Amino acid sequence: MEVFWNATVEAVKLLFGGDAGTYEIIALSLRVSGLSLLLAMLIGIPVGYLIGSRRFSGRGLIIALVNTGMGLPPVVVGLVVYILISRSGPLADAHLAIFSEVMPRLLYTVPAMVIAQVIISTPLVTGVTLAAVGSVPAELRLQARSLGASGVQEAFLTLKEARWGVMAAVAAGFGGIISEVGAVNMVGGNIEGKTRVMTTAIQLETGQGNFGLALGLGIILIGISFVIMNGFTRAQQSGGRYER
Amino acid sequence: MSARHPRVGGAPVITAENVVMRYHRRTVLDVPGFELHDGETHVLLGPSGSGKSTLLRMLGLLERPSSGRILLDGREVVAGDKHARMMMAAVFQNPYLFKGTVEENVAYGLALRRVPKDERADRVAAALERVGLGGTQGSSALRLSGGEAQRVALARALVLEPRILLLDEPLSYLDPLIKRRLVADFSEILSGQGVTALYVTHDQDEAMVVGDRVSIMNEGRIVRSGGVDEVMGVPTDEWVADFIGMDAPLRGHIVAAEEGVARIAVADAILFGCTDLPAGIDVLVGVRPEDITLFEAGVDLPPSSARNHMRVTVEAIEHRGSTERVSLSADGLRLAASLSRASARELALEPGVEVLALFKATAVRVAAAVEVRSGV
Repeated sequence: MEVFWNATVEAVKLLFGGDAGTYEIIALSLRVSGLSLLLAMLIGIPVGYLIGSRRFSGRGLIIALVNTGMGLPPVVVGLVVYILISRSGPLADAHLAIFSEVMPRLLYTVPAMVIAQVIISTPLVTGVTLAAVGSVPAELRLQARSLGASGVQEAFLTLKEARWGVMAAVAAGFGGIISEVGAVNMVGGNIEGKTRVMTTAIQLETGQGNFGLALGLGIILIGISFVIMNGFTRAQQSGGRYER
Repeated sequence: MSARHPRVGGAPVITAENVVMRYHRRTVLDVPGFELHDGETHVLLGPSGSGKSTLLRMLGLLERPSSGRILLDGREVVAGDKHARMMMAAVFQNPYLFKGTVEENVAYGLALRRVPKDERADRVAAALERVGLGGTQGSSALRLSGGEAQRVALARALVLEPRILLLDEPLSYLDPLIKRRLVADFSEILSGQGVTALYVTHDQDEAMVVGDRVSIMNEGRIVRSGGVDEVMGVPTDEWVADFIGMDAPLRGHIVAAEEGVARIAVADAILFGCTDLPAGIDVLVGVRPEDITLFEAGVDLPPSSARNHMRVTVEAIEHRGSTERVSLSADGLRLAASLSRASARELALEPGVEVLALFKATAVRVAAAVEVRSGV
């Protein structure tokens, strides 16, 4: 138990000790995962709505692919992104400037980490959104249309009706990336002051035998997740007295 | 439930021309012609799967037909025509109230039309007042009873002051008591508003209360169309007769007509019926079972306003819940009477028994034999 007590003390010291390096790591973690989540939402919510609300041939296959994407191993995503942007990767020989010049510049940068996290997060947001939208009766959209709603207004109403599910999708998307280490480590390189985030820092400290520091960072990470998820839950439940 | 005074429809607001709908190569709707007239409530009546809701969705521009045209005020319109759709509003079987307050629900269409907030609040209050739910603006829409929810759904449509109101089985989920009350209320609201309405139902009583005109549908086609009294009074074929609970229509010939009353020869009998049709034409005749009163055969009847009285023989008795349907025959004529079980017991009715049947000339529905299968 002593190790956990010491880690808690370490976490408090890190948080309130004024260590600029720690704050930088926390800020970068939130920036990378926050931006990734935003992009995943911009892609995943509309796509989830369309798949969840429309009937078309091949829909079952697409849903199966999205569900598979929800379980993508981050380290594999990191590897694929690494290969795509690496100067020595298979696409570098494609003689296209984007592969041979532009993308290699992204390796070990924040944008590369964001790309990897968007790939991990988007299927999570899409999959849970489509399930939530699918649970809203199609007749409700017909009703909205019959009162004069356009396609976009119909979509907003549906997402509002499915708000609990959509917030769960956002929470799932955030949970899938704030805690992942495989992808950000591979494409970010864990460079101090540049691409080091909380999970890669924990991995590094663990590797160096600084268990107390690693666990302290872990406690801070869990605390941050709790605060953010609590925010999602409150957003989910606002207006709830009119939903029962 | 009695039929209200029918409103006279004006010019056609919506016209359907050769509208066909196919799902997976199966034709589910085939309507060569249909007109909804300004100011009328037109009921689409038929059993489940007869295509009436599909026709409503086509006419409401909520679904695109496989082929055919929909005209709104003479102009061709398609499902995506937002301007045309803004002139309509619908109430469905399930009220599908949105999460939120009653006010938010009723104001939804107004917000889509960018009506200013102050005006929205006033119009919502007035609409709720109209459907008997004044002051409920702040209540949760999802905590209402079934009847209240359907009233809110009606208010949500009425508040838009639509040119055309579409009602798709709006009362079928409700229990009988609430339904009876709401049918009367809906009828009053629709006639009071002067709204042009298309009303889908499978319930004949509901159709007779709310409708000015009715089209009976079967297997995707309109099989009978016209004024409510005419359609519900004179079945034109066995299917329609069976559907509206009457015997097959009687074929007759008007032998004389005077002051709106015709003497009609039906088989070997003469019936008196109210009609403006002239003498000399062939007609179809129907008498609703509930309009026939039976007496013991030997009884001396006092003078009455019933112009038709004849000795009839009971052919069969069929139990129908709390009532008995008694099949009767006389002079080659076949009729049916509907009466309570107690009445049937007191008259000791059984096959072969002779009784006296009385019914008024107004109970005899008459339609010219050549005009009865009009599509519009």
